[in-house]
Amino acid sequence: MTLARRIENAGALLLAILWISPLVFAVWAAFHTTTDAVNFNLTAPLTLDNFRTAWEGAPWLRYFLNTFLLVTTVLIGQFFLCTLAGFAFAQVQFYGKDTLFVLVLLQLFILPEVLIVENYRVAATLGLLDSILGIGAPYMASAFGIFLMRQAFKSVPKELDEMARVEGCSLLGVLWHVYIPAARPTYIAYALVSVATHWNNFLWPLIVTNSDTTRPLTVGLSIFGAPENGVDISVISAATVMVILPLLSAFLIFQRQFVQAFLRAGIK
Amino acid sequence: MRNKLATGTVKEMGTAAFMRRRRAVHGWLLLTPALVMLSTFAFYPSLATLWTSAFSRGTRRNPSEFVGLENYQRLFDDPTFWTVVGNNIFYAAVTIPVSIVIALAMALWANAKIPARSFVRTAYFTPTVLPMIAAGNLWLFFYTPGFGVLDQIGALFGAPSINWLGQPETALWAVCIVTIWKESGFFMIFYLAALQTIPPDLKEAAEIEGASRWTYLRRIVLPLLMPTTLFILVNALINSVKLIDHIFILTKGGPSDASMLILYYIWENAFAFFDAPAAAAMTVMVLAVLGVVAAIQFFVIDRRTHYR
Repeated sequence: MTLARRIENAGALLLAILWISPLVFAVWAAFHTTTDAVNFNLTAPLTLDNFRTAWEGAPWLRYFLNTFLLVTTVLIGQFFLCTLAGFAFAQVQFYGKDTLFVLVLLQLFILPEVLIVENYRVAATLGLLDSILGIGAPYMASAFGIFLMRQAFKSVPKELDEMARVEGCSLLGVLWHVYIPAARPTYIAYALVSVATHWNNFLWPLIVTNSDTTRPLTVGLSIFGAPENGVDISVISAATVMVILPLLSAFLIFQRQFVQAFLRAGIK
Repeated sequence: MRNKLATGTVKEMGTAAFMRRRRAVHGWLLLTPALVMLSTFAFYPSLATLWTSAFSRGTRRNPSEFVGLENYQRLFDDPTFWTVVGNNIFYAAVTIPVSIVIALAMALWANAKIPARSFVRTAYFTPTVLPMIAAGNLWLFFYTPGFGVLDQIGALFGAPSINWLGQPETALWAVCIVTIWKESGFFMIFYLAALQTIPPDLKEAAEIEGASRWTYLRRIVLPLLMPTTLFILVNALINSVKLIDHIFILTKGGPSDASMLILYYIWENAFAFFDAPAAAAMTVMVLAVLGVVAAIQFFVIDRRTHYR
């Protein structure tokens, strides 16, 4: 092995350690008292007190439930809307389709995050403020999802479609019996990306919620960790670890699928 | 005979037209739910933003009235606005190239035969699945003056304590670093996928020709990765508008607006200062910038990369 190669290997490893270190420090701090944590007392005993304090400091169970309901609502909405629209764009020929498709693609660049001012008014008008549906609604008809499903449906062999039609399937029947099963991997990929995105989303949920009965984890965490609450770093670390644990462990177990999902979703 | 043939064709044409109409109805029906939602939460709000930006801020005594471009003028006269624009340009100019270069290095390494490769890959990618709010908390532990990790490392070398988040010279850098940390691993996987499609014979051929690894990288790999780079570039541009959550934890835009970014400023104007017209005017400008990015994507990049 050449010297250059060795240096490069060391660099790769060093970067990896650097990249993982914020997380490692947080986990380490979460299990130690604040004094031990900030003094990097490596032999200090482990403690669960931080988790106990953090857990009692906010209605986390409610936040977990809200986030769970939120990602489920968004996913169901996205699957329903994007399946129908993606199918129309992929397999139904009709006048005006191309114009509509460009219109839909435009939404890729009209980020819901940027439209917070007017979306807040729309949500208020529709009575969706401070509701899980209100957090999820702007993301349901995702141009990205429509595009993804269109690509998936386009790659379904025409013969399968024709066979189903010969056997007397209606348009929706063909969609249900042929296209949806064939696009399973895309659905899984889309689900992983969508859940990860909305588990982590913050700005819009912050704006649209104003009570603990609807706040998702991210908003709860930001309120819990606010400096005016005077929570110390070990307790914040414990709360942070708690919030990211479900998604992080899911990621570590299904790492391959996650990476594949992000790739499939990104490369189109 | 001729007549019969003609009626047949007419009938067929009638059926074809009927079928075509039926297909159109089906197509529109399938699209209706998505179009309703898109109109409600994307198209209508975009137009409404434009509308709001042309009206004055209504108070109880002075109802809002049409003021044309006055809100824009008010922003252009506001030095804070220019600070924020400058900050955001800085934010983009730092995070985009740095995270692309790091992502490329990560991908090259994660694709090579290095020791502990699966650990390295996981470490690079992990920040992608964490919320920005959590990332802010994790990094707070690094940046806090006194007992923060950076200060303690500095103290080992006798460096004075630095309040990374509390001074205007470093606050925006601190915010940039968290963004780079967060998005590099995400961009890496696109490079990784692209690298795996490069046929190995190219590398063999380059070796036979006596090309160094550097030459191979520069002359063969980088040009082949060009479409991926453009794709990542568009994403990174969008992120430089969108990724602001950690500011809520780290700096709240301060000190004295040194780390204020445009989306945070929009949020602050709309929901803390209740100045919706100013927020709307800024939103319109952001949408215009994103529109330019969209145009570049559609007319320049998609024309060259044909993945459809």
